[in-house]
Amino acid sequence: MKITCKVNGKTYSNEIEPRLLLIHYLREVLNLTGSHVGCETSLCGACTVDVDGKAVKSCTIFAVQADGAKVTTIEGLAAGGKLDPMQEAFWNEHGLQCGFCTPGMIMASKQILERHPNPTEEEIRNGLAGNICRCTGYQHIVNALKAAAAAAAK
Amino acid sequence: MATTIVEVQKEKQVGKRLRRREDPRLITGTATYVDDIQMEGMQYAAILRSPHAAAKIRSIDTKQAEQAPGVIAVYIGKDTEKVGAVPCGSSLPGLRVPHHNILAMNRVYFVGHPVAVVVAENRYLAQDAADLIEVDYAPTAAVAEPEKALASGAPAVHPEWPDNISFTYHQDGGDIDKAFAQAEVVVKQRITSQRLIPMAMETRGVVADFRAADRQLHLYTSTQIPHLVRTLVASMLSLDENRVRVITPEVGGGFGSKLNVYAEEALMGFIAQKTGKPVKWIESRRENFLCTIHGRGHVDYYELAAKRDGTILGIKLKIIQDVGSYLQLLTPAIPTLSVLMMPGIYNIPSIRADIVGVFTNCMPTDAYRGAGRPEATHGIERMVDILADELHVDPAEIRLKNFVANDKFPYATATGLIYDSGNYAAPLKKALDMVDYKKLRQEQAEARKQGKWIGIGISTYGEICAIGPSPATPAGGWESATVKVEPSGKVTIMTGACPHGQGEETTFAQIAADELGVSVDDVLVVRGDTAVVQYGIGTFGSRGTAIGGTAVYYALQDLKEKIKKFGAVLLEDEDVAMAGGKVTSKKTGQSKSVPEIAAAAYRAMKLPPNTEPGLVSTHFWEPPNFTFPFGTHIVVTEIDGETGDIKIRRYIAVDDCGNQINPLIVAGQVHGGVAQGLGQSLWEQAVYDDNGQLLTGELTDYAVPRAHMMPWIEAEHTTTPSPVNPLGVKGVGEAGTIGCSPAVVNSVVDALSPLGVRHIDMPLTPEKIWKILSKGA
Repeated sequence: MKITCKVNGKTYSNEIEPRLLLIHYLREVLNLTGSHVGCETSLCGACTVDVDGKAVKSCTIFAVQADGAKVTTIEGLAAGGKLDPMQEAFWNEHGLQCGFCTPGMIMASKQILERHPNPTEEEIRNGLAGNICRCTGYQHIVNALKAAAAAAAK
Repeated sequence: MATTIVEVQKEKQVGKRLRRREDPRLITGTATYVDDIQMEGMQYAAILRSPHAAAKIRSIDTKQAEQAPGVIAVYIGKDTEKVGAVPCGSSLPGLRVPHHNILAMNRVYFVGHPVAVVVAENRYLAQDAADLIEVDYAPTAAVAEPEKALASGAPAVHPEWPDNISFTYHQDGGDIDKAFAQAEVVVKQRITSQRLIPMAMETRGVVADFRAADRQLHLYTSTQIPHLVRTLVASMLSLDENRVRVITPEVGGGFGSKLNVYAEEALMGFIAQKTGKPVKWIESRRENFLCTIHGRGHVDYYELAAKRDGTILGIKLKIIQDVGSYLQLLTPAIPTLSVLMMPGIYNIPSIRADIVGVFTNCMPTDAYRGAGRPEATHGIERMVDILADELHVDPAEIRLKNFVANDKFPYATATGLIYDSGNYAAPLKKALDMVDYKKLRQEQAEARKQGKWIGIGISTYGEICAIGPSPATPAGGWESATVKVEPSGKVTIMTGACPHGQGEETTFAQIAADELGVSVDDVLVVRGDTAVVQYGIGTFGSRGTAIGGTAVYYALQDLKEKIKKFGAVLLEDEDVAMAGGKVTSKKTGQSKSVPEIAAAAYRAMKLPPNTEPGLVSTHFWEPPNFTFPFGTHIVVTEIDGETGDIKIRRYIAVDDCGNQINPLIVAGQVHGGVAQGLGQSLWEQAVYDDNGQLLTGELTDYAVPRAHMMPWIEAEHTTTPSPVNPLGVKGVGEAGTIGCSPAVVNSVVDALSPLGVRHIDMPLTPEKIWKILSKGA
């Protein structure tokens, strides 16, 4: 099947198998390997990308479902060479260790702040519930979201 | 231009909360993990695995798979007969090591046992074809629990050893019979440390690329030990070790699960050789649960002898270690670490330990964060609480009474260790102050009157880090570093450690910046490529900084001497001093910067006497001892009387890991360690049914901590430098995990103690607690 979608501001048209998952389309067809496969079952969130303004786990939708969509992956955030405030916050607050969950975690975190510009710790933690990090114990990630929210409020 | 000799003391980098230098690539999605590697002509492998825990293989029919679209090759066990066995690196007298072929031969021994591999043009087609392989199994009886495996008449995991015993181990220290003869009180308890699944976020993955013309294998693998993988995989594949290049790109977490040599690493090398094209295998999460090593798996029987005044005289410990179906790299060594650590941080003059390693039809156990020490710490810390309960004394007081005193260091334990340094009361007192212990006990008493369940749990843990001196390890316990000052003055560190989240690209740069007086930004840390980095051991056992960092430190000392020599030539003064990134003549006050000296050292117009050109130093550092961090964790819990749900009101962690190179990174290690400790305490358990089926084989069933499940961790520190290394560091990678679980269980048992509860095995699920409450009421 042919799909056309806009990924990180660039339009792509590809002939693909209907069963191809969006994550594999992004990683293997478009060579955008920043989003990771952690579980293939939408339980870990490492593959989280933004599809038409919503944080989506790209391992559990087919690429054909993204036909016509606007997709943003981690690679799309610092496209101009300047880090996104959320990337900056994760860096400053040591919100990552091995880094594998981080792209998905950052994409999910951006959505949390969109929904809760001034989030409570509970809102942050509940918002992150779909994204697993095995390294940090989440505390520095929570700090990163608080810092990003504070920076946005300035 | 001459500068004055007044030294410009640059701000020290060691001790600063620097944000990490490895992060830019990780936060922008530009880092390269194994699955991100693409190569021209890349093939994909899918592995067919046994659905049975124990079965004979009658036949395997691969015909349909071979003819499926896109399939290049299919291999089964007999094709790989010439490949060497998956190695066990540990040795114990009488150890029974089953032959571990990379694909099953005539039998399968656990669910997930690799039986066949399909190589195809892409991962979808490989999986499609794997589903077409027909295996005729004759299932046999399986056994999945170690105590059941020891019972007479149990199914034999390996028919040649019907007793299912892989090894036994015995150790005595002091005079244990006398200790028990003199005891005024003896407390006993069976304590389990359940099987766990390490669950690194990145599953394992391998890319193999064989260059036939020069007989070179490039193996990209997600591992903590690239050099050991090189040595062992080369041996398995009968390749020259110097023609195998192991590259570990980014590693997405390990926690011990990638401190191993796996069948798939050799299997991909085998396929690359056979097909002449690169091949990639990425473990699925399901495979990761089934086929990457598990942790813990202890059933422990404790007996503790004491006097009525609370003085502990001795401990007896019998460990039943579930080793699983095979012995992986360090499987038998892990419970011996539990024995070493069994006295905790108490002055316990006598011990007796027995281990029996038991085969089961399960995935092998091996090192998982803490590796033997969490089990030991959980045991001793639970036993001390049980003793306090028996004697009706406060659990903090009984600990203070039995701590190794500050003037006893270096302290020889009954298990044969020498504790380097300690001030065990300091973190306990700090944690008690933080939690306002006296007031909290009053509040607890009040709450009990109102029918509320509040618990206070203390764990005063000690652990072994910087693993370890070579005689104590199967493969050498040193670490290596090469430091180069390049002609431009930039500094390159090549470390034999293999950090994968621990932040040593930053902390090693901090060490170098201080020693050479250069900017942290001028330092690059390289690791994880055996063609680039000198032989090294790797990152595990909280050794990265304590051993790897020390190797860097000593390499820097050699370099500093050489820099001074070159500086002396340039300044025409033998009496020079090095500080602030400059070498200064004491006579003239003139100085030369490190880049100026580096340029001269490589230009080599004039060499100092007996000195080679260039500025490169390699140091292999053999530590004289382990290091022994310690600390206190206090957990305050509140239990919902109706549901059994446990709420952690406060989590206090006061850790002493010696000097800290980067406190921000230390905090991250503590938080992450505690998260895995809480996982074990409250939620996680690898459950096999009686047929050896893994019931918790996915993230739906295996409850790793998520953000909303975690309490806020109040992390503080005391600082007792280690005398073992010049940095005074001890290590912190595993402390959080080791200190955590007894504090949680002690807290919940304390909460439920009015019901006469003395011990509960982990994980403390609401169901388990609810049952206790229901029975009690």
